[in-house]
Amino acid sequence: MKHNRKVTVIGAALVIALFAGSVIGRRQVEAIQGPQATLDEVLYLPSGKTVKRLSLGYSSLMADIYWTRAVQYFGSRHLKHSGGYELLYPLLDITTDLDPQLIVAYESGSIFLSQRVPEGAGQPDKAAALVEKGIHANPSYWRLYFTLGFIHYMDRHDYKAAEQAFQKGSEVPGALPWMKVMAARMAEKGEDAETAAYLWKTIYDTTSDNMIKDNAAKHLISLRAEADMAELERRTQAYRERFGANPANWSELVRAGLLRGVPMDPNGAPYKLQPDGTVQVEDPSQYSYLEHHGQGPAR
Amino acid sequence: MTSRLSAITLNTFREAVRDRVLYNLVLFVLLLVASAPVISQISIGMEKLMLVNLGLSSISLFGVIIAIFVGIGLVSKEIEKKTLYTILSRPVRRWEFIAGKYLGLLLTLVVNAALMTVGFYVALLIFTHGLKAADGMLLVAIYFIILQFMMMVAITLLFSTFSTPIFSAIFAFSLFVIGTFGNDLRNFAAMSQGATRWLATAAAYAMPNFASLNVISQVAHEQSVGAQVVLFNTIYAALYSVAVTAAAVLVFERRNLK
Repeated sequence: MKHNRKVTVIGAALVIALFAGSVIGRRQVEAIQGPQATLDEVLYLPSGKTVKRLSLGYSSLMADIYWTRAVQYFGSRHLKHSGGYELLYPLLDITTDLDPQLIVAYESGSIFLSQRVPEGAGQPDKAAALVEKGIHANPSYWRLYFTLGFIHYMDRHDYKAAEQAFQKGSEVPGALPWMKVMAARMAEKGEDAETAAYLWKTIYDTTSDNMIKDNAAKHLISLRAEADMAELERRTQAYRERFGANPANWSELVRAGLLRGVPMDPNGAPYKLQPDGTVQVEDPSQYSYLEHHGQGPAR
Repeated sequence: MTSRLSAITLNTFREAVRDRVLYNLVLFVLLLVASAPVISQISIGMEKLMLVNLGLSSISLFGVIIAIFVGIGLVSKEIEKKTLYTILSRPVRRWEFIAGKYLGLLLTLVVNAALMTVGFYVALLIFTHGLKAADGMLLVAIYFIILQFMMMVAITLLFSTFSTPIFSAIFAFSLFVIGTFGNDLRNFAAMSQGATRWLATAAAYAMPNFASLNVISQVAHEQSVGAQVVLFNTIYAALYSVAVTAAAVLVFERRNLK
C-alpha cells in the first residue's frame, strides 16, 4: 500500500514536471509568434461572410472571438506606440459582419480607428464607414449617431456632416435632448476647444467602457492643459507689452499682478515658462493629446 | 520490457487495421478525385491553394476522428471483452499496457498520414505538373498534424481510462475544439484582471493548444515556418503528450478492475 502511494506521488510529480515543461515550450512558441498568432485567418480569410459560413451558425461566438482579437491587436500596438494598424479595420469589419448588433465593436472600434497615429490607426474615413454600417444595422440606437458626429467633428473636421449626424440622431425616439444641442452647436461654430471638451465630457460621463473612459479622461486633461497654457501665454504677452521683455519666471508675473501664484498643470506639476515667453507642461508624456504645446498627437 | 511494449503496440496497430481503420484512405482518395473537376474550374492560381487546403485539412480531420473513435475503445473494449485480464495476468505492467496502446494507435495514425501524404503529393504533381522547393514546407504542416495526433491520442486515452466510450468521445472532441482556439483562450486570459487573470491563464495552459500546430494556411500560401517554431512546438507537443499519458497511467494504476 505504501509502495503504491509512493508510486502515485512520484507519478503525480512527474506529470506536473512534464506539464510545466510543456508550458515553457508553449510560451516559447507564443513569444516567437507574438500577438500575430490569432491573426493569420484575417490575412487569409479577409471576408466576414466567408467566416460566417465557416462558423456553422455560431457566428455570435465567432464575433466575440474576433472582437477580442481586434482589442488585443489594437492594445498591443497602442501600448508600444508602434503604429501599423493595417489589420484593425478588417478585424472590425469581420466582427460586425458576424454580429451586426455588437454595438461595442462600432463604438470602441471606431475610436481605435479614428485617432491619429500612433495613438490610433489614423483612419477616420474607415471609422465613419464602420459607424455608418452600425447605424444601418441598428437604426434605433441613437448613440451611434453621436459617435458618427463625434468622428466627423473631431477627426474629419467635417462640421456639416457632424451637424447632420447629431440632427438625425436627435430624431431617433429616446435620444437625449443634448443631441439637438450638439447639432445646433455644430451649425453655429466650427472648431473650438469648448465644443471639443463638451464632446469628450459627454463621452466620459456616458460610456461604461473603461478603455474609452480612460481615453476621454486623457483628452480632457490635455484640453485643460492646452487652455491653461494659452491663457498663461496671453498673460506673458501682456507682461511683455508692459515691461518690454519676457518674464524670467512666474514670480515676476505674480509681482506684476498678472498671476496669483505659480500655475499648476492638471497633474499638479508647475507649468514651465520658456525664455521666449511660451509655456510648456513639465512632463509632456503625461499629455498624449496636446496639439499646440506638446509633441503628442492632437485630439 | 521492450518486447512487451512492442507486442502491445503492434497488436493495437494490427487490431486497428483489422477494424478497417485504413479504409478511410479510400475515402481520402475519392475526395481528391471527386474534387478534381471542381478544382480544375477554379481560376488560375487557386487550384493548388485549394488542393493544399483540402488535402492537409483532410489528413488532419481524418486522423483526429480516428484518434477519438479508436482511442475511446482502447481500454474499455479490452475490459468489455475481458481480454485485459488475460493481458494483465501475464507479466505485463499496467503502464506498459497504456504506453503500448498509446504507441499502437499513434503508429496507426502515422502510417495512415504517411499513406495520405503520398496520395496528396501525387495529386499535387498531377495538378501542378511538377513540384517546387516550397512544396517541401507542406511536410512541416503534416509533421505538425502528427504532433496534433500525439496529443489527441494521449487525451482520448486519458478519458478512456476512467469514462465510458461515449463520454470519452464527447470530452475528447470538446478538447479538440477548445484547443483549436488555444491562442484565443490566451487572449481572453490576457484581457482579464486580478485573480480571474491567473485562473484564466492556468485554464488556457491546461487546455491543449492546437492553434499553433495548425500552419495549413501559412504553407498553402508558400510561407515558411521558422525552425524555432518547429523545435518548440515539438517540445511542447511531446511533453504535453507524455504528461497526459502519464496521467492516464496514474488513473489506470489506481483503477479497481475487479
